[in-house]
Amino acid sequence: MAVVFERPHALCDVRLHYCAGCTHGIIHRLVCEVIDEMGIEGETVGVCPVGCSVFAYNYFNCDMIEAPHGRAPAVATGVKRARPDLNVFTYQGDGDLAAIGTAETVHAATRGENIVVIFVNNTTYGMTGGQMAPTTLPGQVTTTTPYGRDPKANGYPIRVCEMLSTLTGTAYAVRTAVDTVPHIRETKKAIRKAFENQKAGKGFSIVEVLSTCPSNWGMTPKESIKRLQEECMPYYPLGVYKDIDAEGGETK
Amino acid sequence: MEKVLMKGNEALAEAAIRAGCKCFFGYPITPQTELSEYLSKQMPKRGGVFLQAESEVAAINMVLGAAATGTRVMTSSSSPGVSLKSEGISYIAGSDVPAVIINVQRGGPGLGGIQPSQADYWQATKGLGHGDFHLIVLAPSSVQEVVDLVSRAFDLGDQYRVPVMLLSDGLLGQMMEPVSFPEITAKEVDKSDWAANGTKMARKHHIVNSLYIEANDLEDIVKERYARYAVIEAEESDAEAYQTEDADIVVVAYGATSRVVKSAVNKARAEGIKVGMLRPITLWPFPKKQLCAACENAKAVLTVEMSMGQMVDDVKLALECKKPVSFFGRTGGVIPTPAEVYAEIVKLNGGAK
Amino acid sequence: MAKMTVIFDRCKGCELCTTACPKHIVAIQHEKRNKEGVFTAVCTDDDACIGCAMCAMMCPDCAIVIEK
Repeated sequence: MAVVFERPHALCDVRLHYCAGCTHGIIHRLVCEVIDEMGIEGETVGVCPVGCSVFAYNYFNCDMIEAPHGRAPAVATGVKRARPDLNVFTYQGDGDLAAIGTAETVHAATRGENIVVIFVNNTTYGMTGGQMAPTTLPGQVTTTTPYGRDPKANGYPIRVCEMLSTLTGTAYAVRTAVDTVPHIRETKKAIRKAFENQKAGKGFSIVEVLSTCPSNWGMTPKESIKRLQEECMPYYPLGVYKDIDAEGGETK
Repeated sequence: MEKVLMKGNEALAEAAIRAGCKCFFGYPITPQTELSEYLSKQMPKRGGVFLQAESEVAAINMVLGAAATGTRVMTSSSSPGVSLKSEGISYIAGSDVPAVIINVQRGGPGLGGIQPSQADYWQATKGLGHGDFHLIVLAPSSVQEVVDLVSRAFDLGDQYRVPVMLLSDGLLGQMMEPVSFPEITAKEVDKSDWAANGTKMARKHHIVNSLYIEANDLEDIVKERYARYAVIEAEESDAEAYQTEDADIVVVAYGATSRVVKSAVNKARAEGIKVGMLRPITLWPFPKKQLCAACENAKAVLTVEMSMGQMVDDVKLALECKKPVSFFGRTGGVIPTPAEVYAEIVKLNGGAK
Repeated sequence: MAKMTVIFDRCKGCELCTTACPKHIVAIQHEKRNKEGVFTAVCTDDDACIGCAMCAMMCPDCAIVIEK
């Protein structure tokens, strides 16, 4: 018998610190599988955020940089401009990317910065203990919206892919999920396409992955998957929001 | 060597390119904008990168990214913009990567004004961001010295893996002076043991990071950094002593202010007053030894600044309060005149005779 | 012939693998805790495993190895 499935080389052989059932680990693995399959680990630099994935630099075997909160796209820009030969990706959560780092995200996209952004949307601030995120759904209870997010007081959630797809500099914006094996396969395909775009110099690619946070949602991992499907996906529809390779440049 | 007439900001930009600066990330702000404009024209022609960021916050983080790859990188701004950069500067210091930051100072606080100022001395030398750290701070007083200190800033940054600030001001930035560009050989520093520039599958991955979740680990790394700071303090402090050998009165001034003070000292000398000037070139490390030596026989010390008095604290500390230290300054963008400084010197000398 | 192996100390007992298995032969065992104090996932019927790796793909902790 031969091993047909095991940890990709680009993923360090260590225990991940994430809570049981947190889907960050799946997304880490998918990025690493793509890096392995493209054979680019030695020429890749990752930029991690502040948030639950702040320790991602301990998990990716490629060179890693830890950015200030929200600034990963700017740090990645610095890396890519200084060394265009390197493959550069950021790995960011929703608070990092869509609240404190909105300007950096939008401007990296509009510049058509030739980088990959992996955006993990779990509708909450995980690391600090479940506060309202820019992507928290209306009515969702968090530690800072104890009566549920009221759009009148707290505004509405941001749909990042929809927003970025309006920018000319965005090459590829796609929303996927990791709730089922078919969706996991689609997520991997999207990540692969994003990295291929960078290789081909096509510009800014973002893969938004709907993810779970069992601990802060107050649910079991299985219940969290159910919530992802029943509550998150209707608000954040999966699909390709922009693809410059597609006919007409956009599909949604 | 051939001299050309150049504006301070443009000379600084040219000197940076010659010192091997490969990337510049900035955001427009008066009175440093000519520096960015010059680089936007020159960098693409000379194999470098110029990028106008969406904010000072983004610019300094681009600097962090480029610096992490081991590339010589610079940003420039003026006082309010430097405040915005302080977050990134703290991360750069905490990540032990070299970078050069230019502050062409203007009046503050808040939006303040756009005239020359030295009111960011505290910010530059004591409080540029959160946490236990220092930057090396260099203070030129002429366009030629701006040029000379830029290459030194890059070399010091690489050598000690620290951010280096060149503290200019609106006066030095905007004035034109003849300047020559000496042949520069950038010190070759091996960055292969820390730069995040791809493992090539030949080494363990490098992590450029300022996060240490275990308190003892963070204390250890900060102490290691402070050991480096101790070497910098011992080796790199610099100052110019002007007619201090027999001075009864020593005036301490840096940057553009020192030019005003020099005029006042010359006038006082012509009147027979034994006065000299000590001009710190490094503001951090503060040139304590040089100051103490210059003030050995002094009866009075006067600090002159374009602020309400920020360096004066360091002067008192360096002299351990053994000499009376007085202060004269103008602020808000007002430049002190030689006559005003001369009057202060005369006052210290016992009044008009 | 296929074999699914759970890396005992890496498993966090989240049960996501149990939902992914098309043969319904992955379950949590309640006999032995790992060093994290977790009852881990196991394959309950080695002979029925087809080596599709869907459990491994669903595992957030890379705690499953598949041989075929």
